[in-house]
Amino acid sequence: MYTYNAALVVVGIALSGSGVGLAEESIGYGVGRPVTVAEVQAWDIDITPTGAGLPPGRGTVIQGATVYAAKCASCHGPTGIEGPQNRLVGGHGSLDSEHPVKTIGSFWPYATTLYDYIRRAMPWNAPQSLTPDEVYAVVAWLLHQNGIVPADAVMDAGTLPAVRMPNREGFVADPRPDVGSHE
Amino acid sequence: MGAGRVERSLDRGRMRLPDEETPVPSDEEPPDGWYVDRRAWLIGAASVLGATAGELLSPALPTAGESAPEDPTRVPGAVPSAYGVRSRFERAQRVTTATHSLTPYQSLHGIVTPSSLHFERHHNGVPAINPHRHRLLVHGLVDRPLMLSMDELTRFPSLTRTLCIECSGNTGKEWKDPVGRTVQETHGLMSTSEWTGVQLATVLAECGIRPDAMWVLAEGGDAAAMTRSLPLKEVLNEAVLCYAHNGEALRPEQGYPLRLVIPGWEGNTCIKWLRRLKLGAAPFMTREETARYTDLMPDGKARQFTFVMEAKSVITSPSGGQRIEPGFVEIRGLAWSGRGKITTVEVSMDGGRMWDQAQLQEPVLPKCHTRFRFGWRWKGEDVLLQSRCADETGYVQPTRAALVAARGVHSSYHYNAIQTWKIARDGLVTNVHL
Repeated sequence: MYTYNAALVVVGIALSGSGVGLAEESIGYGVGRPVTVAEVQAWDIDITPTGAGLPPGRGTVIQGATVYAAKCASCHGPTGIEGPQNRLVGGHGSLDSEHPVKTIGSFWPYATTLYDYIRRAMPWNAPQSLTPDEVYAVVAWLLHQNGIVPADAVMDAGTLPAVRMPNREGFVADPRPDVGSHE
Repeated sequence: MGAGRVERSLDRGRMRLPDEETPVPSDEEPPDGWYVDRRAWLIGAASVLGATAGELLSPALPTAGESAPEDPTRVPGAVPSAYGVRSRFERAQRVTTATHSLTPYQSLHGIVTPSSLHFERHHNGVPAINPHRHRLLVHGLVDRPLMLSMDELTRFPSLTRTLCIECSGNTGKEWKDPVGRTVQETHGLMSTSEWTGVQLATVLAECGIRPDAMWVLAEGGDAAAMTRSLPLKEVLNEAVLCYAHNGEALRPEQGYPLRLVIPGWEGNTCIKWLRRLKLGAAPFMTREETARYTDLMPDGKARQFTFVMEAKSVITSPSGGQRIEPGFVEIRGLAWSGRGKITTVEVSMDGGRMWDQAQLQEPVLPKCHTRFRFGWRWKGEDVLLQSRCADETGYVQPTRAALVAARGVHSSYHYNAIQTWKIARDGLVTNVHL
């Protein structure tokens, strides 16, 4: 390692002397190894609002009801309202009230986030265990429970990014410092 | 806080963080029973109630029968140990819940939080990770996607900084009412450590950042695959991929073997068990930056990407649950700012009408705890004890009234108002709102 760093320094001095800085982009440390496509695919689980990353598969509201009852209802309640864990359904129009209720329907700005989060983190005791069809289905059911898609909706890589969430425009940039400045 | 295991879901009495959904109020629930873990409180209460500040700082020696020789100068002591532990007479501990633990600042000194007492916040437990198998994948909008082992990451030029990490939900129970009974409960979701690693900029440069890369997704290798999108230009300044904490490998609960640390930013951005960095042109809009860790305002809009932790201070002694005696009392506390260095701390005995300058203990480091002190004589009068700090940007820690006027009481995160401890004539210290 010492020899390696010493060599880098020598290169850097040589480049500096010729007017070229020690740019890490052009020289680097030679650390790390190239990645295979399979390695990236195995971990690349994020879904963006454009739908990038959504896998093949599909799910209906009815299929989602079955998945939800089997794998979600014990924590979130039979209809997504009862809990005891996070309430998923309802709360529409409550955000500016004395008792705001933040749910998927009232608060989440992107439908694609549902796929991303459920796939990566749910169910709590077995994260990343659902098949793509199961995730699409339970997303369809949750959107339908929140009155966002009809009972015959089918969610897939094409339809999910097109879902417009009610609170899509509900977020603003950080304006701080908003208080406490230069008192 | 997502779904819970059945045993957790039955535990309705545990303390909840601001980012954990408040249960729908129901008539069956006691009005203030859901946020405090009663078992945790019993532990905390046992350690503070009835004890004087002096006892908390220097716990009473054990009663007869516990094994310490009457005269240790007449008995050979213990032999050296391979890995040290504190004296068995020391009892300060974290208050724990299913998802987080809080640092006992009423019992600590200086600015460095002992590794064993550093606060925790996990989104689905502490994973068990074999460092020899752990890898960091860097991909997306880079010229050379790389897979890096821990051995490889430690070969890069290294950097050490002493920094405070504060959970965005620290003090988040205080928006509506004075809920925390001790400084551990009100301010325990922050800790200061020496962090060592490689600069994020170094590793990303090794991969070659493409010009259209504007955001980086950081993802953990835990059971939540905890994820945040971070603006690339800002994190390239200071972010560090850390493999060491207070001089040794990270503790498992702090992200072993690799953690992203972003100086001055809310703790949830400091992704633990880091296994993937993906560069992109836009934020990825994960659950943790939409449904969570956004700050709801009275008009129903939520502030998003509220990363920086603004200047804040708190008196750690005397503090809630302690009892002081008339006579000399050194007021001790911590101040910090996510925007830089603390410049001044003032102390008030009358709820903020008159202020006195506190003494700052060197070193005063940016984005790090600064210890302050103020020598005082208590004559037994009623006191409303406060501290107020300012940082090098000119920002002054706000009053609770000013903060609530600006943001309402439903924003959950980033509560940094002046803390008030009431000292009654019997010397007992309690948390109050003015």
